[in-house]
Amino acid sequence: MKQFIQDLAETNRYQATNLLRILREVQARFHYIPEEAIEQIAGLLNISRTQIISVVDFYSFFHSTPRGQYELLISDSITDHMLGKQSIIDYLSDKLNVAVGEVREDGVVSLDNTSCTGMCDQGPAGLVNGYALTRLDRPRIDQITDLINQQKPLDQWPAELFLVEDNIRRPTLLLDQPIQPGAALKALFERGGSETLAEITQSGLRGRGGAGYHTAWKWHLCYEGPEEDAFCDIDAQKQQQRYIVCNADEGEPGTFKDRVLLNSYAHQVFEGMTLCAGIIGAQQGFLYLRGEYLHLCDKLQSVLEERRQAGLLGNNILKEGLNFDIEICLGAGAYICGEESALIESLEGKMGIPRNRPPYPVTQGYLGKPTVVNNVETFMAAASIAINGGDWFASVGTEKSKGTKILSICGDCSRPGIYEYPFGTSIQTVLNDCGASDVLGIQIGGPSGTFISNHEFDRKLAFEDLATGGSFIVFNKSRNILDIVNNFTHFFAHESCGFCTPCRVGTALLKKQLDKIIGGHGSAGDVVVLEELCQLVKSYSHCGLGQTAANPILTTLERYPDLYQSRLKEISYEPGFDLDGALETARRMANRNDAGAHLAQIEANEHE
Amino acid sequence: MSKNITIDGKTIPFEDGQTIMDAAMAADIYIPHLCHQPEFTPHGSCKLCTIKVNGRNCTACTFPAMAGQEVLSETQELIDDRKKITQMLFVEGNHFCPACEKTGNCQLQAVAYHLNMLDDHFTHFYPSREMDASHADVMIDHNRCIFCTLCVRASQQKDGKDVFAISGRGINRHLIINSESGLLKDTDLDATDQAAHICPTGAILIKRTGYQVPIGERIYDHKEIDQVSLETEHHQHGE
Ligand SMILES: Cc1cc2nc3c(=O)[nH]c(=O)nc-3n(C[C@H](O)[C@H](O)[C@H](O)COP(=O)(O)O)c2cc1C
Ligand code: SF4
Ligand code: FES
Repeated sequence: MKQFIQDLAETNRYQATNLLRILREVQARFHYIPEEAIEQIAGLLNISRTQIISVVDFYSFFHSTPRGQYELLISDSITDHMLGKQSIIDYLSDKLNVAVGEVREDGVVSLDNTSCTGMCDQGPAGLVNGYALTRLDRPRIDQITDLINQQKPLDQWPAELFLVEDNIRRPTLLLDQPIQPGAALKALFERGGSETLAEITQSGLRGRGGAGYHTAWKWHLCYEGPEEDAFCDIDAQKQQQRYIVCNADEGEPGTFKDRVLLNSYAHQVFEGMTLCAGIIGAQQGFLYLRGEYLHLCDKLQSVLEERRQAGLLGNNILKEGLNFDIEICLGAGAYICGEESALIESLEGKMGIPRNRPPYPVTQGYLGKPTVVNNVETFMAAASIAINGGDWFASVGTEKSKGTKILSICGDCSRPGIYEYPFGTSIQTVLNDCGASDVLGIQIGGPSGTFISNHEFDRKLAFEDLATGGSFIVFNKSRNILDIVNNFTHFFAHESCGFCTPCRVGTALLKKQLDKIIGGHGSAGDVVVLEELCQLVKSYSHCGLGQTAANPILTTLERYPDLYQSRLKEISYEPGFDLDGALETARRMANRNDAGAHLAQIEANEHE
Repeated sequence: MSKNITIDGKTIPFEDGQTIMDAAMAADIYIPHLCHQPEFTPHGSCKLCTIKVNGRNCTACTFPAMAGQEVLSETQELIDDRKKITQMLFVEGNHFCPACEKTGNCQLQAVAYHLNMLDDHFTHFYPSREMDASHADVMIDHNRCIFCTLCVRASQQKDGKDVFAISGRGINRHLIINSESGLLKDTDLDATDQAAHICPTGAILIKRTGYQVPIGERIYDHKEIDQVSLETEHHQHGE
């Protein structure tokens, strides 16, 4: 192990910023991060062991105790559940003879749940040693079980197990006319930097990651840099180190459009980043790719290499004097790393904890330098705009939402996949296209977004009405809203970074309170307590995760108050805790589960 | 050139580079806080110091003062919600004040009194957490840690060491110790270090000193935390 780590550190130039990269390799090789490895890496990178331990503890894909040689993770997204995830994981556990959350005795295989892996259009999905598995069913599991029991190396597994489809169903403005590699950069050099920025301003392009900040403003602010530099001369301005980050963390359950864009439009995404570099003067870019998309990594590396060969990346791009290159950094299982400042912390080799703002990344981002962070789709759109002009884009959409939005549609519909719509399109139109019928409601923007009921389908996709980063999950009338809300609420509690009190404690309390109500242990007043807690978490949390973590409850409570009330017991007082639940340990110890070992919380409601 | 903001209608001056907390303290206005001490880089995590700046919630300890800001602090809504945030901290750990050496000197307890917290309101977590009594002079009771990182910052910024860190995610966050064994005894922590004395609760204690000052004669037995804070932290500010 010593030599392995020594070599690894050397390949990574002993840079602490490469910590995640190093730990990913160690995890892949040893199936955990051994203590000796931590000590050795700390010495080699000259960082404290506590920084490494905290990173190992923070990211879901790092472990301080051994996992199986085959580490199986099953996606816990609501859409995977709708496709039969529970019976799949039970079957797996049975076939492989390993409990969920455990490692099999022989150390060959471990099985666990993981947050949405971004394969909602082809679930139930999972990961084996980080590589995506799709469309899991019993025959596939039988096959996987055999492969594991024979200890077949992953590269000898049949390719169809790893097949990920694009499912592009409705390409329009952007998806229909991918640019020729280099075309946007040529347009930039012909038109000039500030003129190209003016086209992007004219286009009205707003960030596609969810928040909807005007892209041109962001680029402009980054170019200006911190206030104290604003007065220095133009040459100093040009020398300022700046960074470009493409946010491909895509962790919002139900979102998978960036996966498809990176699979089939990578040139254009990289070109958008290079375009931005040319406009604001950056030399280094990063693609922060969620760990779940490991399967895309090699392909993306070769696209980057092609671009270097073609003079579209590297030194003196298109012989116009622009120097810019892009590095791919993989995440390690943390939804919070999609938040731009947490993402930057992660790029620096740390836990993904959102920073205090101000300062914003545009003035102090990666390594304290001005940094643009944009979504994959934003860069892709910018590249098209550079060629076709601002008016071309702005002629589509609504007043405040220009252009098109690429949606990831999944759930109860016959044609899940990628759809591109002009902003302003009604929800009903989308539903007709994707083959949804008997619809109960839709989750727009993922768990952090909004649940809308079937009375609201005339509402529109737009920042001024229903904003979305791309997630669009359809639920038909066979679905139980409280199950959905429960899944989302557990997701947020699992993904809270734990930095601030209202979200760290609040999301855990929301989970407890909701479990209590759904479990039928709530009584009068419990829904009020739930709502009060929601407001607290929403108003006082440090970042967008906490600020939206209560949305699943709030948006459904608003629409279906009776649903919550109907779960309450009709008693006038409120038991502080679950009496019967508290006896669980005693029952386990006594090895009893008969009626006499259970206690009724209250006198049963005879009149119910 | 002096610039002003208002806090609850009162006009107060500030200097460039000051946070709203700095400006408030300089003007003898107390804003409840736990993870903040003027000597250290602000952290902004406990959220007790939340105020409304021009209608938007911000943390006073991190948010820069800017001319013309209208700040609200002692509104009923903010007072109630600060109380609930304090209650969250109580239910998250195991805080049994009557049995704690720090009672009467504890800022968590004092803030709770100040906010008129009379019960825990939320469901208790009763987490199972450890003690570390390995060090000759200093002990850690993880049950009382609120993850404010003051010890982390004090060790790095004042003691020139790096004894503590916070690890883990979400509700599993926890304090870790920088030694190969993970125990305090194997660090270079000294009982005279600032980090050993900075804990706002009773999570880090100096051994054999717990009852030198009798209960009833302790800091917050006679004074409220707002008064103590302004008296003791005021002079440190701006240094
Ligand atoms: C918890 C959380 C998760 C996020 N995840 C993503 C993500 O996966 N991808 C993304 O582009 N933006 C994500 N964002 C938004 C980013 O913080 C940021 O606003 C965005 O990357 C900016 O790019 P844009 O302006 O192009 O949208 C997330 C925000 C929060 C609070
Ligand atoms: S809101 Fe949640 S995710 Fe965001 S900083 Fe606070 S604890 Fe972390
Ligand atoms: S004192 Fe400001 S957030 Fe803790």
